[in-house]
Amino acid sequence: MTKPQAIKAAEDRDQPLPEEYFDELEKFIIDMGDTQGALIEILHKAQCIFGYLPRDVQLFIARKLGIPAAEVFGVVSFYSYFTTEPRGRHTISVCMGTACFVRGSDQIIERFKEKLNIESNQITEDGNFTLKDVRCIGACGLSPIVMVDNKVYPRVEEENLDNIIKTYSSEGL
Amino acid sequence: MLEPKEADDHKEIIPIKINDQNITVPVGITILEAAHQIGIRIPTLCHLDLHDIKMVNKTSSCRVCMVELSKGNNRNDLVPACVTPVTRDMEIRTDTLRAIRARRMAVELLLSNHPNECFTCPKNLECELQALAAELGVRQIRWEGERMDYPKDVSSDAIVKDANKCIYCRRCETMCNEVQTCGILSGIGRGFDSFVGPAFNIPMAESSCTYCGQCVQVCPTAALTEVNHTDKVWEALNDPDKHVVVQTAPAIRAALGELFNMEAGTLVTGKMVTALKRMDFDAVFDTNFGADITVMEEATELIYRMNNEKRLPMLTSCCPAWVKFIEHQFPELLDVPSTCKSPHIMFGTIAKTYYAEKNEIDPDNIVVVSVMPCIAKKAEAKRPELTKDEHNNVDIVITTRELGAMIKEAGIEFAELPESDFDSPMGMASGAAAIFGNTGGVIEAVIRTACEWITGDPLDNVEFDQLRGANGLRKAAIKVGNKELRIGIASGLGNARQLLEQIRDGKEDYDAIEIMACPGGCVAGGGQPYHHGNYEIVRKRQEAIYQEDKNKQLRKAHENIEVLKLYKEYLGEPYGEFAQDLLHTHFEERERI
Repeated sequence: MTKPQAIKAAEDRDQPLPEEYFDELEKFIIDMGDTQGALIEILHKAQCIFGYLPRDVQLFIARKLGIPAAEVFGVVSFYSYFTTEPRGRHTISVCMGTACFVRGSDQIIERFKEKLNIESNQITEDGNFTLKDVRCIGACGLSPIVMVDNKVYPRVEEENLDNIIKTYSSEGL
Repeated sequence: MLEPKEADDHKEIIPIKINDQNITVPVGITILEAAHQIGIRIPTLCHLDLHDIKMVNKTSSCRVCMVELSKGNNRNDLVPACVTPVTRDMEIRTDTLRAIRARRMAVELLLSNHPNECFTCPKNLECELQALAAELGVRQIRWEGERMDYPKDVSSDAIVKDANKCIYCRRCETMCNEVQTCGILSGIGRGFDSFVGPAFNIPMAESSCTYCGQCVQVCPTAALTEVNHTDKVWEALNDPDKHVVVQTAPAIRAALGELFNMEAGTLVTGKMVTALKRMDFDAVFDTNFGADITVMEEATELIYRMNNEKRLPMLTSCCPAWVKFIEHQFPELLDVPSTCKSPHIMFGTIAKTYYAEKNEIDPDNIVVVSVMPCIAKKAEAKRPELTKDEHNNVDIVITTRELGAMIKEAGIEFAELPESDFDSPMGMASGAAAIFGNTGGVIEAVIRTACEWITGDPLDNVEFDQLRGANGLRKAAIKVGNKELRIGIASGLGNARQLLEQIRDGKEDYDAIEIMACPGGCVAGGGQPYHHGNYEIVRKRQEAIYQEDKNKQLRKAHENIEVLKLYKEYLGEPYGEFAQDLLHTHFEERERI
């Protein structure tokens, strides 16, 4: 069943979004000059700055560009790259594509869930990790695959997981 | 998706063949247009060409207009007729087995993800998908699969959004974004999980929706409909303690007949009054009486603002959708609208004060029902500042369509009815009030009165042709004594936006402005009978409205003796302290989202 409730922009958290982030985004938009057709590029930049695209950021962009907020949200909700939920400092992506799956990635993600104490698409309490299940990332020969941010870990086994987590918990910041 | 057609005069003429008929057509037109020229019907669903208001929806998303191109063109393709331009020597077949099957399958696929509830659907017998299923001979739905399961959005007092009935034609989006420039509706999400809705999937009531209802007017299914209030009216009518008063807006009488298979543009004022009386309303009155009061107030306010160097231009404030538009989109201009309540709200106020006192009825027991061509009026009647005093408000608003449905429910053979007159005193109205239903009509009515008041001389000709016309954005100068009144008129909110930008940026100077949210005026309102893409119907309604004015002896609001009596006995001076207290309101800035 389709759940439109799942498609919504996160409410802003307790603390307001940093003013300097908005300043940086505004400067980026001004420096562009002509913003015709630039919405996706601006959203990319905004997600780089804020880490995600909460409602206030989308409204900010809509008003700066003089376009409807519904149009901005339409684009944000269309592309899976954009996220309206805050992400951890690091994103652990476990490939659940066919090749990885038959070589045990379902077990890998279960162990990650236990160790990080979160479900898929959630963020750890310390804000360090987001765990994601993703579909084929195109390196089936190396399955099962885990990606942390942009780094690929090939042929991952359960005993590697502590090391991966440790790398990004201590020196990886 | 807004593509005004260019004149075809200078275009190259090319030969094509449709179903073995050789014809010549201008290059660049679509297969659909070419087929229509020789009387071949190709079914369509998402396609909508409202040339008069410059709206063309060409999403080609439904695939209901598939036709086959034959091999001679090095192609043997199924193509959508609505967006495929003809080319030289193109051979088109609309009647091959393959084309017929493709069209039927498109509808079957839509139906496989559409609720099977035609019996109880508010669009039953008005639904374009339902009509297509019949036309294309769909007898079974061959595929059972996952279906959309969205909650119905009933957050607003005006519009119900039922995304499960959406077929993703995007007509509403084109209307909302391109024509009305409100930008409320957009495609959200992707694939099977996509739907049409406001930003952040917020409820309609939290959006900046003006409730103009033009999306409802073009929705082919029941994904967008009005909130139905007919049961409330029946309950009031059946409550012996209630004195139920009904008022009908000027645009109703020019369109109601269409719901009973009468020719578009037939004036049914007398039959409508008879029907309402047979439905047992205690009094059948005319919103036009309220419109005459509005003219008294607005003309006085205009002259006051001109003579005292107050903010100009003054914008007429009859249209609740445009009031909401300015509150959300142009809060810096909130000092320009006239503070007048709209005619039906003025009427409600007078019904529960003056009329109640005169007839010794407890206002608590009076129920005021407004029949409006408009969906926004439903939300307007619920605005807190207009309902804080219940002795002062309109209780229920129904649309022309809802009234039609009630007349049918009551078993009244509308077309056979004799004619009768509105009740007295609030049934008397001028021709000036009648034209409130057309774009340019409110300002013309105000000018008729303001002219005579300023010059002290009677008008030779009460009809101001320079204020009339089909263009959505018009400008006129009216000579009044030694002054020249500069008038601006917009219908359709996209045109209103242009007009308001001119004013905001100081590019044009006006003394008075009229805005109606619906392209063409209230006759084309969101609550009127569905025009199903035929704007000729709207033009005929406009003619009927001007005819209603012509039929009247009384053409000017300030000569309505019942209105004058109301001021003498009760209100005092127009725009005076008591009149302002009862008949005027205020506007507030609202978030744009």
